[in-house]
Amino acid sequence: MTAFRVVRASRFSIVATAVSVAAVVVLALGPSWASRGTKLSLIQIFYYLSLAQMWNLLAGYAGLVSVGQQGFVGVAAYAVFVLAERNGIDPFLAMALAGLLTAALSAPVALFAFRLKGGYFAIGTWVIAEVFRLITLRIKPLGAGKVQSLTVRNTFAGYSIERRQDLVYWAALALAVGATLIVVLVLRSRQGLALRSIRDDEGGARGLGVQVTRTRLVVWVIAAGWVGMTGALIHINSATITNRDAFDVLSWTALVVFIVIIGGVGSTAGPIIGVAIFWFVTERFKDSDTGRFMILGALAAVMAVVAPRGIDGLIQRVRSFELFPIRRRLVVDDSAVPTPDLTSGHP
Amino acid sequence: MSDFLSVDGLEAGYGDFQALFGVSLTVTEGETEAIIGANGAGKSTLLRAIAGQVTVTGGSIRFDGDDLVGVPPHIRVVKGIALVPEGRRVFPSLTVEENLLIGAYRSRPGAWTVSKVVELFPLLGRLLRRSAAKLSGGEQQALAIGRALMANPRLLLLDEVSLGLAPVIVKQLYEALPGILATGITLLLVEQDITRALSVADRVTCLLEGRVSLCGRPDELAQDDITVAYFGLPVSE
Amino acid sequence: MVWVSAVVQGILLGGLYALFATGLSLAFGVLRFVNLAHGDLAILAAYLTLSTSSTLEVSAWVSMVLVVAVMAAVGYIAQRGIFNFTIGPDPLPAILVTFGIGVVIQNALLNHYTATDKRIKIGSIVTKSIKVTDRLSVGWFPLLTLVVAVVILGGLQLFISRTRTGRAFRATSDDPKTAQLMGINDRHLYAVAMAIAFGTVGLAGVFLGARTTFAPSSGPNELLFGFEAVVIGGLGSIWGTLVGGVVLGVAQTVGNQWSIGFDLLAGHLVFLTVLAFRPNGIFGTGVRT
Repeated sequence: MTAFRVVRASRFSIVATAVSVAAVVVLALGPSWASRGTKLSLIQIFYYLSLAQMWNLLAGYAGLVSVGQQGFVGVAAYAVFVLAERNGIDPFLAMALAGLLTAALSAPVALFAFRLKGGYFAIGTWVIAEVFRLITLRIKPLGAGKVQSLTVRNTFAGYSIERRQDLVYWAALALAVGATLIVVLVLRSRQGLALRSIRDDEGGARGLGVQVTRTRLVVWVIAAGWVGMTGALIHINSATITNRDAFDVLSWTALVVFIVIIGGVGSTAGPIIGVAIFWFVTERFKDSDTGRFMILGALAAVMAVVAPRGIDGLIQRVRSFELFPIRRRLVVDDSAVPTPDLTSGHP
Repeated sequence: MSDFLSVDGLEAGYGDFQALFGVSLTVTEGETEAIIGANGAGKSTLLRAIAGQVTVTGGSIRFDGDDLVGVPPHIRVVKGIALVPEGRRVFPSLTVEENLLIGAYRSRPGAWTVSKVVELFPLLGRLLRRSAAKLSGGEQQALAIGRALMANPRLLLLDEVSLGLAPVIVKQLYEALPGILATGITLLLVEQDITRALSVADRVTCLLEGRVSLCGRPDELAQDDITVAYFGLPVSE
Repeated sequence: MVWVSAVVQGILLGGLYALFATGLSLAFGVLRFVNLAHGDLAILAAYLTLSTSSTLEVSAWVSMVLVVAVMAAVGYIAQRGIFNFTIGPDPLPAILVTFGIGVVIQNALLNHYTATDKRIKIGSIVTKSIKVTDRLSVGWFPLLTLVVAVVILGGLQLFISRTRTGRAFRATSDDPKTAQLMGINDRHLYAVAMAIAFGTVGLAGVFLGARTTFAPSSGPNELLFGFEAVVIGGLGSIWGTLVGGVVLGVAQTVGNQWSIGFDLLAGHLVFLTVLAFRPNGIFGTGVRT
């Protein structure tokens, strides 16, 4: 009998993981070495990476292509407003509570949205995001569309400007790292294996007993909660909430989708690569928001057809690599007893 | 005089999976050729390759002198090749009559019309307005054959018409074959039932694991040879 | 009486939504394709009509004919050149390509035309109305829109059910591989379907632009309305699209009558209700997998 074992890590992924950990440590020390401008850029990179990993989890692994995540961003923004600005709750606690709220909200949303499939599911999520936006618009205590501020007097009472910015920075970093970890951990788990089987062949997965709907629901709720927390942080950072912007499909979905598609959907490294490109293009097009959208949109559209697995996919074609130890590989031990010959025809 | 249909060293498959490893066969116009073999031998793949539905990785298919490799399926119909696919595959959104009419989408001039198909398969006559989704297996098979005939092909490919049907229905379907041959159509059919294949065919080819294991005229082939070629058993000493 | 008026206006508005939904319905019915740029294409057509009118110095009606023809041609080319490569079991590429294209169109329009609201001038017909009673009048232009929608949908229904090409559409939608065996060139057929879809959405965009003001960001809402009309009416049913559009239109106008500004939300809520209790829509035949 030949012997075999199931192995997770490759030498490359072990090195890559170590490097990643080191990078996170360096970034965590940011407040000591980074300038204010750099910190602000990094905060934006972190929260986009957080959003991107969540969209990656949804679309790349659970087959849920949502263009309505901005709904959760907006709800979370107003949640922070109510909790922190109007009720004196610590903004970072409010951030966590906002995440819980959006996670809870996402379950009934799934009740409606999961009745649709594919492209129609996508538009359905967009409708639901719009519903959230229109509802918040009509709730008078939320200001009915007027610009709301998170003030130093109420929300940030007790925080000095530096402390506030450092905490926002660390929270953003934590969200980015956490999002990536969630993706890695979910994939390493049995749920993760189930997810990948759903992505590859839904019918086959069902046939094997994989609980497709339940698995998808779990992923959907986790993503909604994390996106909510990220949305809360985004608005704590900007300290301004407007109805249009909080629920903006372009800022909170289109850019995120482009990041993931360009970088590589369905891989853990893809969103990281995508965010790097996003940052580069954003810097280049500082003066032209439309330019940024057009370039990234066109690039994503092209890649969707030509290189559906993004830049990560292109690299994989040349050299198979995996940033974090996820995939299980079968290692066959050849030094064993020879197998009987079944082809000789003798019983 | 070029061969009507000549397949030479054909290699074909589905993505990474190769199904045919150098299959050669020729069909003479006006004859009925049967292909037999166990499940998975590559019979359907061969027919599909001739119809243009399967990627060919090696060898050639020549029809009346024209090389077919690379020609898309919808053009092969115009050239005169029609396939009755495995599993019937009638269009559920269309009625029986519409299925027949769509068969004539790119028809060549010829004898086959809706009325002539109904003559051949009278059971279709009272079903013309019925949705194809509501037909029994036998009715669907008759419709699928009729649909292919509407294109007035020169070569009709029949893929396992007896699959899943009761023997009495299969008998009725096979009784229709002479009517088809009478209009000058050449038949190439895949059949699981060896006896039936031998009784209708002028020539028989047997496939085993993607290769030709035997071919010849039914009266020239010994029962033992066929069994060996079909199952791939080693020749006993 | 005001409620009757609201319902009547809603029915008329429904005509416009049905016109929007036609292209979505056709593309999905024939090739299972969902075009997220659908709304943006309509707005693009509206802007093109403005530019064509002023550059060529012709009336908006003439421009409309030109723009619709150009849109249809673009639809054919887009299908053969881009979208045909996204067709397959994975819905992601089609969603992404069209989403990306939509964003590009929106921003290109913003760049070129700025964000100022625009309107297509087609003369006084826009303001004229038929006085049915003292308190109920029916606008000529909305009525025309409804009539055009019914004519187009009716024509499409006849086309699909009676013509050779319509049969080919249905066969290809059922089973593209077997349809090829009939001699149907599915790549060409898909492109024809897309040409019709682009043409009708272009027409819808022009009608929208003549009836109300529009801006580069107006596209997404129209996409949502068109989609809601299709789902309410039922996937796979052409007349369902008309009914769905009317239901949505009425929901919006009645909602607005109940509380100003409630129109969009009312429409969305009706949509969600239909989705919850009758996911196949009113006439839905269910999506064939």
